[in-house]
Parts: sequence; structure tokens; C-alpha cells
Amino acid sequence: MTAAATGFSWLSAITFLPLLGALLIGLARLGANPDENGVLEPKEQQRIDNTARQVALLFTLLVFGVSVWIFFALYDPAQPGFQLIEQIEWLGGGVSYKMGVDGISILFVLLTTFVMPICILASWKSINKRVGDYMIAFLVMETLILGVFCALDLFLFYFFFEGSLIPMFLIIGVWGSAGTKEFAGFTMPSRVYAAVKFFLYTLLGSVLLLVAMAWIYFKAGTTDIPTLQQFAFPAHAQTWLWLAFFASFAVKVPMWPVHTWLPDAHVQAPTAGSVVLASILLKMGGYGFLRFSLPMFPIASAEFAPLIFALSIMAIIYTSLVALAQEDMKKLIAYSSVAHMGLVTMGIFTATPQGVEGALFQMLSHGFISGALFLCVGVLYDRMHTREIAAFGGLVHRMPFYAFLFLFFTMGNVGLPGVSGFVGEFLTLAGAFKYNTWIAFFATTGVILSAAYALRLYRKVMYGELTKTNLMAIPDVDQRELVMLGVLMAFALYLGVNPSPALSVFAPASDHLIQNYNAALTAFAGGAQ
Amino acid sequence: MTDIMNGFSYAIPEVMLAVGAMALLIAGVFFGDKSAKPISLAAVLLLAAALLAALFIEPKQGASLFGGAFRADAFATFAKIIIYAAGAFAILMSDRYLAGEKLGRFEYPVLIVLATFGMSLMASANDLISLYMGIETHSLALYILAAFNRDSRRSTEAGLKYFVLGALSSGMLLYGASLIYGFAGSTSFQEIARVASASGADAGLIVGLVFLISGLAFKVSAAPFHMWAPDVYEGAPTPVTAFFASAPKIAGMALFVRALVAPFPDIIDQWRPVIAAIAIASMLIGAFSAIAQTNIKRLMAYSSIGHMGYALIGLAAGTKEGVSAVLIYMAIYVVMTIGTFACILLMRRRGGLTENISDLAGLSRTNGPMGLVVTILFFSLAGVPVTAGFFGKWFVFVAAVNAHMVWLAVVGAVISVISAYYYLRVVWIMWFNDPAPAFERGTAPALGFTAALCAVLIFPILVMPPFIGALIVAAQNAAAALF
Repeated sequence: MTAAATGFSWLSAITFLPLLGALLIGLARLGANPDENGVLEPKEQQRIDNTARQVALLFTLLVFGVSVWIFFALYDPAQPGFQLIEQIEWLGGGVSYKMGVDGISILFVLLTTFVMPICILASWKSINKRVGDYMIAFLVMETLILGVFCALDLFLFYFFFEGSLIPMFLIIGVWGSAGTKEFAGFTMPSRVYAAVKFFLYTLLGSVLLLVAMAWIYFKAGTTDIPTLQQFAFPAHAQTWLWLAFFASFAVKVPMWPVHTWLPDAHVQAPTAGSVVLASILLKMGGYGFLRFSLPMFPIASAEFAPLIFALSIMAIIYTSLVALAQEDMKKLIAYSSVAHMGLVTMGIFTATPQGVEGALFQMLSHGFISGALFLCVGVLYDRMHTREIAAFGGLVHRMPFYAFLFLFFTMGNVGLPGVSGFVGEFLTLAGAFKYNTWIAFFATTGVILSAAYALRLYRKVMYGELTKTNLMAIPDVDQRELVMLGVLMAFALYLGVNPSPALSVFAPASDHLIQNYNAALTAFAGGAQ
Repeated sequence: MTDIMNGFSYAIPEVMLAVGAMALLIAGVFFGDKSAKPISLAAVLLLAAALLAALFIEPKQGASLFGGAFRADAFATFAKIIIYAAGAFAILMSDRYLAGEKLGRFEYPVLIVLATFGMSLMASANDLISLYMGIETHSLALYILAAFNRDSRRSTEAGLKYFVLGALSSGMLLYGASLIYGFAGSTSFQEIARVASASGADAGLIVGLVFLISGLAFKVSAAPFHMWAPDVYEGAPTPVTAFFASAPKIAGMALFVRALVAPFPDIIDQWRPVIAAIAIASMLIGAFSAIAQTNIKRLMAYSSIGHMGYALIGLAAGTKEGVSAVLIYMAIYVVMTIGTFACILLMRRRGGLTENISDLAGLSRTNGPMGLVVTILFFSLAGVPVTAGFFGKWFVFVAAVNAHMVWLAVVGAVISVISAYYYLRVVWIMWFNDPAPAFERGTAPALGFTAALCAVLIFPILVMPPFIGALIVAAQNAAAALF
């Protein structure tokens, strides 16, 4: 194991830098003099809000810059193992604060630091109430997400993984959209319903992981991830452990049938919240499968792979059909996310180089494309305050730039060659073909369905005559929106045309993973005979 | 004679408290109620001095005093430090309330010091007789404290209820103790341990043990002996409730642990299922009954019932890890509880305290810092990571798994999701609902300071490596003293 030769804890630095920003925003309010109800003078409020926005943008950009620098200057893509390792004693007895990255996690770190400034920009104008709290929530969330991807200790991973529920819960509940929901005889705001459902659903999935973690700690005496990946768990124990981890990650991904929290959360969350949810938070589930399930429980993973394929295909076909029937734009994209994540889980458990690299690539690309689609919906929502598909139509006449961008990302979502979505879909399907033709066959039908719902959405919103009078004066994308969407488009396009830079980062780690996985299976088969 | 004098040196904190309480009482009688403030301050200083004394005189190997009835060891010290600190904060926190209710009487701090003295004995009790003495000393003080607002119907009702039920539980405890004495022929824990391991699970001993456990469960308000808690919590003056929810819980839990682990280690298979059943019942009742509460003090009562259930998981494990998990859990629990009650005492409008959860609506907007503090504390009470409350849960689950009780950990984990709902409800009322009128500001700096201190301890201080590590090491040393 290579120790950190750099001498400075760069990963901790980027992880906790956003927290520092949050603290600064909090401090900026100390000087203010609110009245007894906590309300400030409008002018002072405005000043503090602007400071909050600027500090948040500055810190997220700074973190992005530093993470890019780390990637190019410090990170060695050829090496398969963990790098930039740092370790501090934490709870004693084998639980430590340990950070590090490898080919699987480094690009998710970059994805996170890249998406976050865009989220701040996306909220620049649309969030007007409690701006400081909002920015603090986002910065705290960035810290927690980066912690998830950098953690090299299972306990630390769980710590960040679960912790990220708190800011997201508040973001959905406080800044979510209006409307009420009937539930169990109570009428409550639907954002509250969505936030609580999101929190409890994910928590329920995760507590079993907590018990499994306690058991692992008891057996292995440590929660150090590199050690655990070498630790051969007995086959019968793997079954239970795998199921406990599965409960947590399947809810997070989310896989059918535990996906129902996602459409609610997406619809209610503010635009930037949806972007974080789709671009990053869902990836934590796929990342968990790759980091824990496959390397730590190879025998159980092989045993349960058919289950995963069945659920993935259900997700791909069923949720695509559900997406076809949606009247709400965000809900449609949410269901399409579930379908696309179905490809990811399928690719991971084929345990072939194409499947795993494809899944990683698909997650990366989905991070750009679905994030951009939610931004596109947000552009319309900011203008018209509705997400009903039926409320739009013929926008291409008034919003040509927007039409172009939206078309690009719709095509990316469908998986058009030349856009990054295609590479991910193609590789995962290729991996599935290697494994079993029927699985690949069913999964491919999902690709066709995705074209159907995506194009239906685009046609209904953009084409046709512009008949609705309130749409006559709708302005096209402004500079800020152009920058956000343009940057995402550039990345999706670049990776679509030239996927090898990303794939070459994934390859050493994923090859290493698959090698160990196959070795473990062979050893088990040998032992069984 | 010299032996006794040497022995006293290990009981200096108790001697200080007993003598100090009497001195304060005399001073109070002499100077009357106008001396309430100086006496409160003196009581706080007395508790602080006792805390320091407990820190410095802890014997390395543990020492038995008074013919083995009193044990001074790392375990007792760990509990005592928290008890004294909780007692001191209870006095500090009551200042504003007592002034507002015109209850500023000098007996209040004296009673709290006497109660902490009793709890201190409980933490060190190593004999059935000293166990009973400790319990009664602290209980009698608590009964009076519950009824301290004697012109309030609710408060007197709470005091009476607590007294009647407490007497009943003391009776059960005594009955159990007498049975155990009858079968073991001694009241000393060591002697009982010797007899119990020699004769095995004798029926009479088991019956006595079950009665003993019932009495102890009552004292920590574990189900099915929890019924008094919600009414007493709601009825008692709020600073008294804060005290009830913190110091007596750790004293009771310390006694619970020692009274099972020291005399009955060899018949753990007999009492483990009982403790596990009590733990599950407490967690369930804590989780489900709290959901429908509208009064925040009642909510905290059910919350503490649930928390006792989690702590008892560690005791059910019955191992060294289990005991240290109980101690870590209780230490974190006490910090969360004191912080939460400090916030409840800050829920003050137009001079009066409000106790409805709905009064917290929109708190994050009307009073940002207080909203943040309550949010941190409630996420910690729910055991969600990034807060110290999560560490407490983690250690009891690890202890259960280590003792081959994975099922108990699973039950605890699943119930924690149910209880997360009502903690979450308080958070969402604060963050998502339209604001209720703001609470008064700046009327009680001591409360604000206590609340902020507890919140900062919960996150981030007790989460950071050196501090949580130190707590764990202290708890492990304390647990090792029992084995």
C-alpha cells in the first residue's frame, strides 16, 4: 500500500473546503440585526443573500479547481490501487478516518466538484427565500458527498453516506415546490411528504447495512476497505451481508421496486436539488455496489446476479413505460433516471470489463445528461412556474437556443452515437451480451422505449404551433443558463466522441476488480469440489 | 481505624457532597430564601469541586471501602463525572425558570446536591444494602423536586405519582434483594457471585433477580415499568424534568450494569433474555408512543424510554464491549438531553413557557441559531450519522453482534427508523412550517450557553478523532473495572 507521499491531505482539503464556505456564510449573518421575528431589513437581507451566493460559488469553483489539479498533478491513472491515502486514528480498534481514491472513485469526485458550481448557478435567481441556509445546505452536501467517494473506511463511508440525507431532506422540504398531498388521512404539503419519504426510505435501507457493518467489524476486526477487500468472508455469511448492502444501495440507486421515493423527491425538489440527486446522489448506490458488493462478497454477487438482472430489466422496461405516461416533465425524467440506472446495475453485475467500465461510464454520462435535463426543465419552470407537459408546446419558435440544447440532451438521454450516453449504453449492453443474450435483448428494448418517451416529451413541449398566449413572450435562455448547459454539453459531447480518457482512468481499477472477483470465484469453485 | 480513614480518601467526592449539602442547608435556613442565588452558585461550585476530586482520586486498581459495600473504581468515576456535571447544569439551567415562577427557594439546589449524592452512592454500590441506600437517597430528593412547584396541580400530581410508583418499585427491589440474600447468604456482590457460580441458576435466586431487575428498570424508566415517566416529565417543573432525564438515568444505568455484571456474571444466560426483552419493549414503546405526542416534554419522556432500550442492548450483551457501549451511549445521551431541555426552557413567550411541539414552527427562521441547535440535537437523538448520537448506536450494535445477538441489533436498527420519524417531525416543523411567533430572546444567557455547548459537543466535537477517541478509551477503562 502506498502511503501519501504528497505530505498534504489534499482529499481532506477538498472534502472540508465547502464546509469552511458554509461556516463563512453562517458567520456573514452574525453582524446582521434581525427584528424579534428574525426578519432583516430587505436591503440588508439582499446584501447577505448576495454574499451567500458569491461565497458558495467561489468555494465550489475553488474545490473544482483543486480537484482538477489533484487529478492532473497528483493522481496516477496507471496505478490500479488506492492513491493519495491519508489516515488518522478515529474510533480506535480498526476504525479510522482514512481517505483515498482509485480509478473508480476519482472521476466521481470530479463529477461532484464539477456539478456543484452549476447547481449554485442554477439557484442564483430561482432561490429567493432563505438563500444563506440554502447555500449552506449545498456546501454541506458537497462535503458529505466528497466524503462518500473518498472514504477508504467502511464506517467513514456510512458516516458520510447517511449524513448526506440531512441536507437533502432540508433542501426538498424547505425549498421544494408548492402543493398538498393526502396521506393516511392527513393533508400535508407534498414537499414535506416527499422529504420525509426520501429520508425514511433511505434510512430504512441503510440500517441493515449498519448491522452488517457491525458484523463485519466483529469478524474482520477492522472497517478498513482495502483490508476488507482482501478478507475472504465465508460463503454463507456473504449471502446475508450482500443482502444487507443490497438493501441500502438498491434504495439509493434506486432499483425497481424500491424506486418510488425518487419521483416524489425529484418533483418536489428545487431544480438544483434534482440535479444533485440525479447527477450525484444516485451514483452513490452504484458506487457502493462496485466498492463493496462485488469485491467483498464475490460469491454472493455471482449468486445474486440473476436477481439483479431481473430487477434491472424490470427497471429498464417498466419504468420506461411509466415514463411514457407521465404528464409532469420532472417525473418523466425521474423515471428515465431509474431506467438508466437499471443499465448501470446490470453492467456492474455482469462483472465483465465492458459491463463494469460501461456502468461507470454510464453513471458519469448520466451525471451530465440527466443533470442537464433537470436544468432544462428548471429553465421552463423558472419562467412559467409549471412542469406540466400540457402547459407547453411550440416553444421552438420562441426559444431556438433552448430548443437546440434541450434536443441535444434529449438525444443524449436516448443514447445517440456521438453523445456520451451512447458509449455507456453500448458498453453495458455489450457486457450483458457476453453474459447472457436474453438479458441483453430485453435491456435493448429499453433503449427503444427511451427514445419513445424522450422524443414524445420533446415533441409535445417544443414542436407544434405556439398556441398558448402566456407562452408568447417567453424569453430564450440567458447567459447564465447558456453557460451551465453549454459546459455540460461540451463534456457530454467530448466524452461521446472520445470516451477513452475516462475509460483509461476506469480501466486499471475495474480490471483489478474483475481479476480479484474471478479469482475468488475460481477459488470458491475449487474449494467446493 | 486507620483503615477506615484511608478508605474515606476514596469517598472524598461523596463526603464533600454530603457535608456540603448540609452546610448549604444550614446556611439556607439561616439566611432564608433571599440566599437562594448564592446557595445555587455554591452548589454548582460544590459539584464542580466534587467532579475534580472524583477525577483525581480515582484508584488505579479500584478500591473497596466500608467492608466492600462501596467500590471506588474507574466505572464509578466515569458515571460520577457525568452525574456531577449533569447536576451542576441542572442548577444552572433552573435559574431563569425559578425566577419566572417565583420558586426561588434555597432548598432547590440543596435537594439537587442531595440527589447527586445518592446517585454517587448508586454508581459505587457494591452491596445490596448500599444499592438500596443509594436509590432511596436519590429518590427521596427527586420526589420532592418533582412536586417542587407545590401550588401547581400538575407538579404535585407528578410528585405524588412518582412517589407512589417509586415506593412500589422500591418494594419490588427490596423483595428481590431479600430473596437473593436468602439464597446467597450475603448482600455483597462478590459473595453473591461466588454462590451463584457455585450453585448455578437456582430458582429462588432467579426470582429474586427478576424482582431486582424490575425495580432497577423502574428507576431508568425502561418498559414495562415506564408508565410514570411521561406524566412525571410533563408535570414536574421543566428544569427538574431536565435533571430527571439526565443524571438519574446514568446513575440508574450504572447501577443496573453493576448489579447484574458484578454479582451474576455466571448466570448471564438467565438474565440476558430478560434484559433483551426489556430493551426491545422500551425501544418499541419509545418509538410508537412518541409519534402522537404534542407536548415536547412528553415526547422527550418517550424518547428517553426508547434510549434506555438502546443502552440496555449493551447490557444484554453483558460483555466488556457491551458495558463500555452502555457508558458511551449514556454519556452522549446525557449531553443530548441537557441540550434539548435547555432549548425547551428557552421556549418562552410573553414571560411564560410553552411546551407544545407546534410552538417550534418555523423556528429556523425566527431564531436561526436556536433552530440549528435543536436540529443538531434531534438528528443526534435519532441517531443519524454526522452527529454523536450515531456513535452511541454503533457501539451498542457492535456489542450485540459481538455477543452473537445479531437479531437484537437488527431489531434495534429497524426500530430506530420508526423513531427517526418523530424526531424528524420536530425538525420539519421547525424548518418547513410557517413561523409561529418568535420566542423571547436574550432572557437567559445560561440556557443559551448550555444549549450551544451541548450542540457543539454533539457536532462536531464528539465526532472528531481525539475527542471521541478519548471518550471511548475512558469508557473502555471504566468497563474493564467490572471484569
